[in-house]
Amino acid sequence: MSIKLSELPAEDYFLPGHRACAGCGAAIAIRLILKVAGPNTIVASATGCIEVISSLYPENAWGVPWIHTAFENAAATASGVEAAYKVLRRKGKISHDKVNFLAIAGDGGTADIGIQALSGMAERGHNVKYICYDNEAYMNTGIQRSSSTPYGAWTTTSPPGKAIPIGKREVKKDVARIMVAHGIPYVATASIGYPLDLMRKVKTALEIEGPAYIHVHTPCPTGWRFESNKTIEVARLAVQTGMWVLYEVKQGRLRITYKLSKLKPVEEYLRTQGRFSHLTDDDIAKIQEDVRKRFEEFVEGYRQLGVSVEA
Amino acid sequence: MPKQAVISGNMAAAYAAKYARVDVIAAYPITPQTTAIEYLSQWVASGELDAEFVPAESEHSAMTICIAASASGARTFTATASQGLALMHEMLYIASGLRTPVVMMIGNRSLSSPLSIWNDHQDSMAERDAGWIQMYAENVQETFDMGLMCYRVGEDSRVMLPAMFCIDGFFLTHTYQNVVLPDQEQVDEFLPPYSPKYRLDPSNPIAMGTVGDPRWYMEFAKQKVEAMEAARGVVEEAHRDFEKIFGRRYDPFIERFHCNDADYIFITMGSVSGTFRHVVRELRKEGASVGLVRIRTFRPFPYEELREAISGAKVVGIVDRSISFGAMKSCGPLFLEVRAALYEQEKKPKTVNLILGIGGRDTTPSMVRECFKKLESVDERREFDVFWIGLRE
Amino acid sequence: MIREGAGFRELPPAAIVPEPGTSLKNKTGSWRIFRPVVDREKCSKCRICWLLCPEGCKIELEDCFETDLDYCKGCGICAQECPYKAIEMVLEEGSSIA
Repeated sequence: MSIKLSELPAEDYFLPGHRACAGCGAAIAIRLILKVAGPNTIVASATGCIEVISSLYPENAWGVPWIHTAFENAAATASGVEAAYKVLRRKGKISHDKVNFLAIAGDGGTADIGIQALSGMAERGHNVKYICYDNEAYMNTGIQRSSSTPYGAWTTTSPPGKAIPIGKREVKKDVARIMVAHGIPYVATASIGYPLDLMRKVKTALEIEGPAYIHVHTPCPTGWRFESNKTIEVARLAVQTGMWVLYEVKQGRLRITYKLSKLKPVEEYLRTQGRFSHLTDDDIAKIQEDVRKRFEEFVEGYRQLGVSVEA
Repeated sequence: MPKQAVISGNMAAAYAAKYARVDVIAAYPITPQTTAIEYLSQWVASGELDAEFVPAESEHSAMTICIAASASGARTFTATASQGLALMHEMLYIASGLRTPVVMMIGNRSLSSPLSIWNDHQDSMAERDAGWIQMYAENVQETFDMGLMCYRVGEDSRVMLPAMFCIDGFFLTHTYQNVVLPDQEQVDEFLPPYSPKYRLDPSNPIAMGTVGDPRWYMEFAKQKVEAMEAARGVVEEAHRDFEKIFGRRYDPFIERFHCNDADYIFITMGSVSGTFRHVVRELRKEGASVGLVRIRTFRPFPYEELREAISGAKVVGIVDRSISFGAMKSCGPLFLEVRAALYEQEKKPKTVNLILGIGGRDTTPSMVRECFKKLESVDERREFDVFWIGLRE
Repeated sequence: MIREGAGFRELPPAAIVPEPGTSLKNKTGSWRIFRPVVDREKCSKCRICWLLCPEGCKIELEDCFETDLDYCKGCGICAQECPYKAIEMVLEEGSSIA
């Protein structure tokens, strides 16, 4: 299956007038995801950037039914909608045959406060497609570190200082891998730097019955400190330097969807962003070494999770 | 034909959901509520009940699932207690804010710490301002009936609020009593299908759970107030219909026992009312002028009915199974509400707060007699007292 | 439609917005400092700018893609990503950068 740019529909279901910052990576992701999902979709949003920028009463940037309840429970909210549709359809109270149920949350709402609800939704097997738009910090509250913030990044709660010069001391939590370990039918990582790949993965997820998890890397000009026109370029560099790996695990089979024969130096990625501007050459060398190691051991790591690997 | 069955309070709650033809049940186990959801899961597994049973990974998610299912047009049920209810706290306000008439059974249980699985009302009293209809049952029959009542009142288009019916942990959840279970047709007549005006439907896209900035928030808070106030009339109407259809009559808000001429009146809620009624009956035989008011519907609070019932008394003993730490003399929340209801009265009875049965401490008839002595010995000149009954010094 | 300044008796319940896309009345074009200007000769209608616009405010015309300036926040992604360098960001009249 592939997605052709020339064949994409004109209709949008994430609409203009939303209040995202200029150059918002998450807004790009959500618009493209909704374009694939189409009108027969119900969205459950977690509290966060996408939620507040799209629903300042009485403004509604959604073209499909949309519900937000709280921060930590997008997966549970979507579970409830899905369960209702299942039984109401069975009882003949609803006629819609096929409705897409999307849960949409940021990295805080996914990797931190929402991981329990996400795990529950996946384990129970709800037919919900969960989208994490990862801008690598709590951007809605003003750039605080999350467990998805990468090592060495400045945020307002991981500021580099004399005592802690590196900024964030911990490595980024690998939620996609946690979701692979749940054994659900489909897990993918994606990036707005590779929009057609992202859209293909959404389409794949929607066509598979059962829970799916898609983790989308969505650079944030405001929080990462880069010019608003560089969002896509930064996203691409994350992939090309190996800082963000694109792959999917479909029915237990791993496929790297953007293969790199040679990694670009991580410095090319890090130097585009003010959040890494405090890093020394030694810091960057350490990050480079970590990326190299992770990249080399990537496939083996998934084999250990019981996943088979496609050539 | 209606049939008789000897069942527990938890089973009665489960039956209420079953007879209501619930669509989605989402729940998480917690003592003493657990068997209620076990019955429901068994009926779903056997095919006896056509519903989705969602075994949530927490009470927070259980409530979330109920809210979202309700927003999608499903009739929902959950049950919890104590820590589970406390974990739901955030979502309780969201349930009422989104006007999703979720129905929940509470197996009233104390709050940690120390951990206690035993009964008092601290859990549900902590949620009294969450915008939920709250009712307290005294026996197993009433548990079943209140469950149906919660659906009827909560889903009424003039109300559209979530509703909880509270039954005392173990004292009611695990007590077996003889109950009349109605015909399904009777319940269907009492409870029309749930059909909310707004629901999540791709053929009519709406947004629910938006951001309400200071230009808007107050209006929606006021709508919730209007709904709660409208519930007063709906509760009465529903009880009238209930009597017509099922033949059982309840006072919608407060039940009076020997109140008309009583100098001393107790006010209670829940299962302890039985012990109080028993002692009041005995004391009456002994010539004491004593009565009892049992509050059935706590939210909306029946302040007018209470005033009318108690303003002729000399002393009113308000029984709290909960504590409002740091309130006036750290009295109980029911005491605060009753005192407030009396404020406008020219002729007011003296009030005494009786805090008992905290953390499952048993309340015996002799303790009720001790309570009565406290009422009899009230000093007219003294400010109110808060007495802890059954406490070791 | 929800009337600005409506009272609680008039408003639909629960802060529900009973219709989709009401954000369209929020003209975010006023945020803009730089404006995208397309060179119609260079535009090959490859759809890249349309695909990547965070606002979804690229409009397909017969010979090129134009920008709906009601909503364009001037992020400049379109100009940056255009494979044909057909879009230039120009300072809006009355705007200045320090």
